[in-house]
Amino acid sequence: MKTVKTIAIAAIGAATLVAGAAAQKVQIQGAGATFPNPIYQKWFSEYNKLHPNVEINYQSLGSGAGIRQLTAGTVFFGASDGPMTNDQLLAAPGKVLHLPTVLGADVPVYNLPGVTAELKFTGPVLADIFLGKITRWNDAAITKLNPGVNLPGTDITVVHRSDSSGTTYIWVDYLAKVSPEWKMKAGVATNVNWPTGVGGNKNEGVAGIVTQTAGSIGYVELVYALQNKIAYGYVQNMAGEFMKATVDSVTAAAGAAAGKMPADFRVSITNAPGKGAYPISSFTWLLVYENAKDKTQAKTLVDFIKWALTDGQKFAGGLGYAPLPEEVVKLEMAALGKIKVS
Amino acid sequence: MKRPENLAFRLGTGLFGLVLVLLVAAIGVELFRQSTLSIQKFGFSFWRTEVWDPVAGEFGAFPFIWGTLYSSILALLIAAPISLGIAVFISELTPNRLKPVLVFLTELLAAIPSIVYGLWGIFVLVPAVRALETSLPQSLRASPFFSGPPIGLGMLAAALILAVMVIPFTSSVAREVLKAVPVTQREGAYALGATRFEAISAALYYARTGIVGAIMLGFGRALGETMAVTMVIGNSARASWSLLAPQHTMAAVLANEFSEADTTLYLNALIEIGLVLFVMTLVINSLSRLLIWSMARPMQAAAPAVVPAAESAA
Repeated sequence: MKTVKTIAIAAIGAATLVAGAAAQKVQIQGAGATFPNPIYQKWFSEYNKLHPNVEINYQSLGSGAGIRQLTAGTVFFGASDGPMTNDQLLAAPGKVLHLPTVLGADVPVYNLPGVTAELKFTGPVLADIFLGKITRWNDAAITKLNPGVNLPGTDITVVHRSDSSGTTYIWVDYLAKVSPEWKMKAGVATNVNWPTGVGGNKNEGVAGIVTQTAGSIGYVELVYALQNKIAYGYVQNMAGEFMKATVDSVTAAAGAAAGKMPADFRVSITNAPGKGAYPISSFTWLLVYENAKDKTQAKTLVDFIKWALTDGQKFAGGLGYAPLPEEVVKLEMAALGKIKVS
Repeated sequence: MKRPENLAFRLGTGLFGLVLVLLVAAIGVELFRQSTLSIQKFGFSFWRTEVWDPVAGEFGAFPFIWGTLYSSILALLIAAPISLGIAVFISELTPNRLKPVLVFLTELLAAIPSIVYGLWGIFVLVPAVRALETSLPQSLRASPFFSGPPIGLGMLAAALILAVMVIPFTSSVAREVLKAVPVTQREGAYALGATRFEAISAALYYARTGIVGAIMLGFGRALGETMAVTMVIGNSARASWSLLAPQHTMAAVLANEFSEADTTLYLNALIEIGLVLFVMTLVINSLSRLLIWSMARPMQAAAPAVVPAAESAA
């Protein structure tokens, strides 16, 4: 390759030098959230087919690791399921932009032998179950929501994530919004001081425990539940409708939030208002420096993100992610202009 | 006169020996350096506080220290007699033709990756433990050792899986130690009119330092075991006497929470747990070495003392 280029340069001269530079391979390193990893890998490989000179390498180490590596400057971009905190933004050596890429959701999964109906939950009921205040399946709070379902009097086993995770962040962010007690006792983070229950490692750990333990309830990502065909329950949204998480109802939650989107896109869309919105939804973000040192990489990444926000969105649904609503894409396209590429 | 190549050889090997010492020291120093923030903030209360709250930034290692020691000691209580039985059976009672088969099988157990043990734990052991737990009589369930709902995941499952994982190590070493007992010992016992049981007891007594070493090797392995334990212990940061309760270990919390630890203090607290595990492993290994040494001293021509290898925490 290199010799070919050298010969070409020698033979044809300065004009080819420019062409040679344009075909230069651009390699970009990124790291972060595991949750959007499948779609990111799909995007990078599809984009590489269109632009063979662009190679983006993404390591799904987890949101926390992504933020740490971005701050340390060992990767060019990061990715996170939860927005960076103000402290983390201050610790970064430059201004960091948050750019939503797709949407995901958490769904409640449970195991009740003999119950075939899909159960309905409200936020406060889920919070009370995870606080250990509702301990039996035939508690009046649950039976009231599910008339006609014969719920057993067995103990509820709460299953949560044992690893710190963006999935947990979305789940507890929702619980904190609907339950003041949850907000006070446990709070919101990628891992909390769980009041009750057992921990499973990653989505498969939680799903494994739930499928094996009669009377258990846990939460997994929508993508995981869809891929593994795990049944999950309905959750009541702010408008009072019982919603099942689907690609459409998750996009609807983002559409409702688009109207009052903050300029830095750091927004939680759990418990979103509006009809048809699934309440335990969230954006996942790419983290990019506004003024990165390497302008070639910055330009390439901006081009890639523009593609991902438009043509790339069509890959989302098939993988179980909800595509961004039009309004959000428009806002982001404007925000991308802030990234200095020269 | 020393030959120059002898000197070079001594210096060379001495250097490699030094590398080992430096490596251990470097690990200790680095763990300490990376956990300064947590050490300054919590001091020694870190060892006995039972709160693990990443949201409020309150960290204490007690539930993890408790879970690690409790599960390892329980595992040892189960594994030690079984391993000894295996070792005695293979070295003293098995017909020669069957020996290689049994030795191969125990060593095969040691070669199984721990994640495979974990999967077996989730799909086979945990349901069995759950069935056992639900069938416990009510009177037992009232005791603090069996309180709480029978989920299957918890201390009992963790101790059992650890025991299975420790057995090949402990029994292999114990077998080697028994093999090293001089034939004259047994012949002497038989000459004095001992029964087979008495002769084996005498051999066991002769090999006791090595057997303690074998058990401590198993203990070191149990302390650091991560994947299989985290898959069956329930990962709940609450210390409890109950065998049914979901608990947590130091190695498991590191594996679980390290990648997403988002604040510096959180990360520092996790690394301090690594430091605690490192110190505990060091102390336990030193103590076992001391024990073996004090047992070996009265009989200078002792059986080969087995040095428990410092099991890595990873």
